[in-house]
Amino acid sequence: MSILVIAEHDNKELSPATLKTLAAAQAIGGDIDVLVAGEGCQAVAEAAAKAAGVSKVRVADNAAYGHFLAENLGSLVAELGKAYSHILAAATTTGKNFMPRTAALLDVAQISDIIAVESADTFKRPIYAGNAIATVQSEDAIKVITVRATAFDAVAADGGNASIEAVEQVISNDVAAFVGEELAQSERPDLTAARVVISGGRGMQNGENFQLLEKVADKLGAAVGASRAAVDAGFVPNDMQVGQTGKIVAPELYIAVGISGAIQHLAGMKDSKVIVAINKDEEAPIFQVADYGLVADLFDVLPELEQQL
Amino acid sequence: MKILVAVKRVIDYNVKVRVKADQSDVDLANVKMALNPFCEIAVEEAVRLKEQGIADEVVVVSIGPKAVQEQLRTALALGADRAIQVETEELPDSLAVAKLLKGVVEKEQPQLVILGKQAIDSDNNQTGQMLGALTGMPQGTFASKVDMADGSVNVTREVDGGLQTVKLNLPAIVTTDLRLNEPRYASLPNIMKAKRKPLDVTTPDELGVAVTRTVKLLKVEAPAERSAGVKVADVAELVEKLKNEAKVL
Ligand SMILES: Cc1cc2nc3c(=O)[nH]c(=O)nc-3n(C[C@H](O)[C@H](O)[C@H](O)COP(=O)(O)OP(=O)(O)OC[C@H]3O[C@@H](n4cnc5c(N)ncnc54)[C@H](O)[C@@H]3O)c2cc1C
Ligand SMILES: Nc1ncnc2c1ncn2[C@@H]1O[C@H](COP(=O)(O)O)[C@@H](O)[C@H]1O
Repeated sequence: MSILVIAEHDNKELSPATLKTLAAAQAIGGDIDVLVAGEGCQAVAEAAAKAAGVSKVRVADNAAYGHFLAENLGSLVAELGKAYSHILAAATTTGKNFMPRTAALLDVAQISDIIAVESADTFKRPIYAGNAIATVQSEDAIKVITVRATAFDAVAADGGNASIEAVEQVISNDVAAFVGEELAQSERPDLTAARVVISGGRGMQNGENFQLLEKVADKLGAAVGASRAAVDAGFVPNDMQVGQTGKIVAPELYIAVGISGAIQHLAGMKDSKVIVAINKDEEAPIFQVADYGLVADLFDVLPELEQQL
Repeated sequence: MKILVAVKRVIDYNVKVRVKADQSDVDLANVKMALNPFCEIAVEEAVRLKEQGIADEVVVVSIGPKAVQEQLRTALALGADRAIQVETEELPDSLAVAKLLKGVVEKEQPQLVILGKQAIDSDNNQTGQMLGALTGMPQGTFASKVDMADGSVNVTREVDGGLQTVKLNLPAIVTTDLRLNEPRYASLPNIMKAKRKPLDVTTPDELGVAVTRTVKLLKVEAPAERSAGVKVADVAELVEKLKNEAKVL
C-alpha cells in the first residue's frame, strides 16, 4: 500500500487538517507521501516533512497552483496519484473542490468525508446529515478519499524527517482564473480546530448582538460559529456556518445560543464532547442533545456568563 | 444561451431518516420525497437568468426511476422549459451520474450546467466536479453569486476562509450554495402548465454509458445517540457544572 496525502495549506502554513488526514492514512497503513502543491510553499513542505509517519514530501511549487484551483490541481493529483493505492485529502472546501475531479480522471469513485477506517478498502461515512453511518467497501484500484478531520486525532507535527523532492511537472489552467477573495480576518482560533466553540442562531436578532457572544468567546479563547439562519439573515458571514452543509466542528465544549437544533445544524456539532444549550424555548430540540441546558433569555444570560467566567 | 440543470429526487429535508432493522440501508418506504434543496436553488438561478434575458432555454435532467418525473415536473413548474429523464432502476454512483450527464451535455451543448453542491441524502458533494473533469469544463463550486459575461462567467464561491471569486470560460459548471438565491414557490397555474411541457425519457444505453457501482454498501447503522443531559437553573450552576463536573473550563 502506498498513500498520497494532499496537504491543505495557504502557501505559508500547513493546516492542522493535514495532520488529521495523515492519521487516517496511518490507519490504512503503508508508505505515506505528501504532496504540497502551491506557490512559494517551501515552508509548508518543510513543515510536512517534520510530521510523523511521512516518507517523502513532493513539492509542486508554481504560480499555476497558487490558488489551488481545481481544474489543474485535480489533473496534477490524478497524474501523480496513479502510482499510489490511496489518495487522501481533508474534506475542506479545497479538498471537496479538486478531489472529485481527480477521481473522475482516474475513472474511480470518490469516498467522501470518511470518519473511520475499517480496513484498507472499507470505510465509514455519515449520510443523511449524520442520521445514519454507512460502511462502504471500494473495489477501485485507486481509492480517492476525503477525510472528515474532526473524526481523527492529529499525528505529531514534529519528529519526522521526510525527504523533500520537487515535482517538475506543471499543468496550466487555461479555462479558469482566480479573480479575488475576501477572507475573514479574525484573531480568534479557527472554528474547526478550536477547543471551545460558541455559536449564535436566529435568536441573536442581529449582527451587532454577536458582540455578546464574542465577549464570552474572548474569556474562553473560543471560536464563534453560527446557524444557517443567522448567516442567511446576514448577521454574520458564511464561513461561520456550522452544520451539514457548513463546517463540521467537534470541540471539547460547544455552546449553542438561540439555536433551535435542526438536524442540519446538529449534523455539524453533535460530536462535540460537551454541549451546552441556551434557549428560551424549553421544547427546542437542541436540548435533546445538550449535556447542560439553560432555559432562559440569551440577552440576560450572555452578560452574566461573561462576568462569571 | 442554453442552461442545463441536473436535479435529484431525495428525501424531504424535514424528515429524519431511520435505519432499517437489518442494517441494510435507511428506510425510505412511505417517506416524503422532494427536490434536493440545492437543486431547487440551481433551477431558480437558471430561471432567473432566463428572466433576465441572458439564457433562452432551461433544460432540467434527472437520473433515476420513473418517480423522478415528479421532481422534473416540479422543476418545470418553477420555470424550466423542458425536461429529460435518464431512466434507470439501478442506483448509479456519482461517477456514473457524471458520465450520464456528460452524455446529455454532448447532445444538448449547454453553455452553463448548474448542479446542487450536494445531495442531502448521500452528502457526497462530488457530481458537478466529476462532470467538470469528464467534459474538461471549468467549475465554480459552492456558488453564492453568478455573474454572466460575454464568453465567461464570474462565480463567487463560499470557501472555508470566506469568499473567493473565479472567472470561468464558457461552457462552465456551477454548483450552488445556500446563499445563491431564495427559490420561489410554484404557483398553481404554473403547476398546471408544467404538465404540458415536454418531458423526454432516454436511457443509459442510448447515452452509451454502463451504470456501474464500484463501492459496495456493507452496512448502515444509526449514529451513537446523545442523551439529553440536565437542565441547570441559572448561569452560576452552569459555570459550576462546566468547571467541576464536565471539567471543560
Ligand atoms: C439544504 C439545507 C441545508 C442546511 N444546512 C444547514 C447548516 O449547515 N447549518 C445550519 O445551522 N442549518 C442548516 N440548515 C437550516 C436548518 O434547517 C435550520 O433552518 C436552521 O439551523 C435554523 O437556525 P436557528 O436554529 O438559528 O433558527 P430557528 O430555528 O429560528 O431557532 C431560533 C431559536 O432561538 C431561540 N430564541 C429566540 N430568541 C431567544 C432569546 N432571546 N433567548 C434565547 N433563545 C431565543 C428560539 O426559541 C429558537 O429555538 C439547512 C437547511 C437546508 C434545507
Ligand atoms: N441521480 C441524479 N440525477 C440528476 N442529478 C443528480 C443526480 N445525482 C446527483 N445529481 C446532481 O449532483 C448534485 C450533487 O450531488 P452529490 O455529488 O451526489 O452530492 C445534485 O445536487 C444534483 O444536481
